[in-house]
Amino acid sequence: MPVALTVLGAIVWRELLRFWQQRSRFFGALVRPLIWLIVFASGFRAALGLSIIPPYETYITYDVYITPGLVGMIQLFNGMQHSLSLVYDREMGSMRVLLTSPHRLSWLLTCRLLAGVVVSVVQVYGFLLIARLWGVDIPWMGFIWVFPALLITGVLLGAAGMLISSWVNQIENFAGVMNFVVFPVFFLSTALYPLWKMQESSVWLYWVCAVNPFSSAVETLRFALYGQLALEPALVTLAGAAVLLALAIRGYRPRQRA
Amino acid sequence: MSTPALHIAGLSHRYGARLALDGVSLNVAPGEFRVLLGPNGAGKSTLYGLLTRLLACQSGAIELFGQTLSAPAMAGLGVVFQQPTLDLDLTVEQNLAYFAALHGLRGSERRARIDAELQRMALVERRHERVRLLNGGHRRRVEIARALLHRPRLLLLDEATVGLDMPARRFLVEHVHRLAREEGLAVLWATHLIDEVRADDHIALLHQGRLLASGVAGELTAQAECDSLAQWFDRQTGKEDSACLWP
Repeated sequence: MPVALTVLGAIVWRELLRFWQQRSRFFGALVRPLIWLIVFASGFRAALGLSIIPPYETYITYDVYITPGLVGMIQLFNGMQHSLSLVYDREMGSMRVLLTSPHRLSWLLTCRLLAGVVVSVVQVYGFLLIARLWGVDIPWMGFIWVFPALLITGVLLGAAGMLISSWVNQIENFAGVMNFVVFPVFFLSTALYPLWKMQESSVWLYWVCAVNPFSSAVETLRFALYGQLALEPALVTLAGAAVLLALAIRGYRPRQRA
Repeated sequence: MSTPALHIAGLSHRYGARLALDGVSLNVAPGEFRVLLGPNGAGKSTLYGLLTRLLACQSGAIELFGQTLSAPAMAGLGVVFQQPTLDLDLTVEQNLAYFAALHGLRGSERRARIDAELQRMALVERRHERVRLLNGGHRRRVEIARALLHRPRLLLLDEATVGLDMPARRFLVEHVHRLAREEGLAVLWATHLIDEVRADDHIALLHQGRLLASGVAGELTAQAECDSLAQWFDRQTGKEDSACLWP
């Protein structure tokens, strides 16, 4: 096995070990989307009617509509959690161990990012299983079809978190990130409402939601769950992931200051 | 003359307008135990930041065993940072295994090296304990064991004994001296604690970013007609009180 893969394995293994030792993190990550699914979606089920829009072939209930958005929410919050853990690692010094190993910075950070994606995928499958048991109509094959989509959306959102972590110097500054990044990104997207609904109420909000890369991530997941490829959103997600990762690597280059 | 383990030439570094290192040049030979002595704020951590590529080199040159400092060259380097860098929630063995894998060690070789280092640092009994449960001295032992897992040829230690009690400090100083003496490991030991310096140690005195003196501790003291290294250190750095614990 090439050394690069040994390094990737080690970093993923460490992240999974830490995740296992912080099991409350797993349950915490599930509670948020489950409350949205069970409480919020059930409440709005009667109020919100959704017409037949791809990838759905018939009328769907609201809980079916928001499930991909909640998958995106898990990955978005995981990306931020990962970002927080990067800042923590930097403050606690363990990031130095990684950055002084004999490998290219870009590969080390990519490994760190992929490790976070693996953790997010574990969380997503836990959520999808509970959602399926709750009665959300997701084909069992959708669990397999969605896997590649989860990887690219995970990289997009993880890279966004990594980029933010390169700007944030202290853990204390993270509350602002949650308020000014996570909530607008989530609410101004197609996670909770389809674009045409948004267009009915506000044209400029429609455009904000349409250009939000998180919308592309959610639509990629939505189509993948039903075995379809949403090419344009998938390409936007991939391109966004590449750009954000490149910027994050740039942000982590050795600095001129301590 | 053999290639030095570490060659630093004309290294300078600025933080904005403040000059933290000013034309520092230094060599460490294979098997040499070199003390980088300097008070707090002398520029030791900046120098270590540059040696470990955590800071970008602004001017000057650094070579490890004749190679320009680069990612592959880091394979020959072991580092113990001033700040603790262990993963507190992982066990001793898991910390070592993670580091070993980062350096490409796998399977039985990895296990054998971990066993050997744990044995050498008298940590075998603690291998399954979470680092969070260890005292400061044992954590430092784990960090030294970790820094040696990939068999580096140069070991950098930045204030490795800060916060430890005397027996733990003595153990670490003696252990690292032995590594240099018996295994030919080149060592750059940064400290501000004069009692860690032995009369026959080769020292380099760093103060306000400049290398003020270099030589064998006992000889430097005698040449300056000082009663002790502490007195010499105070005179060189212009300080009335030092961190001296050594008469």
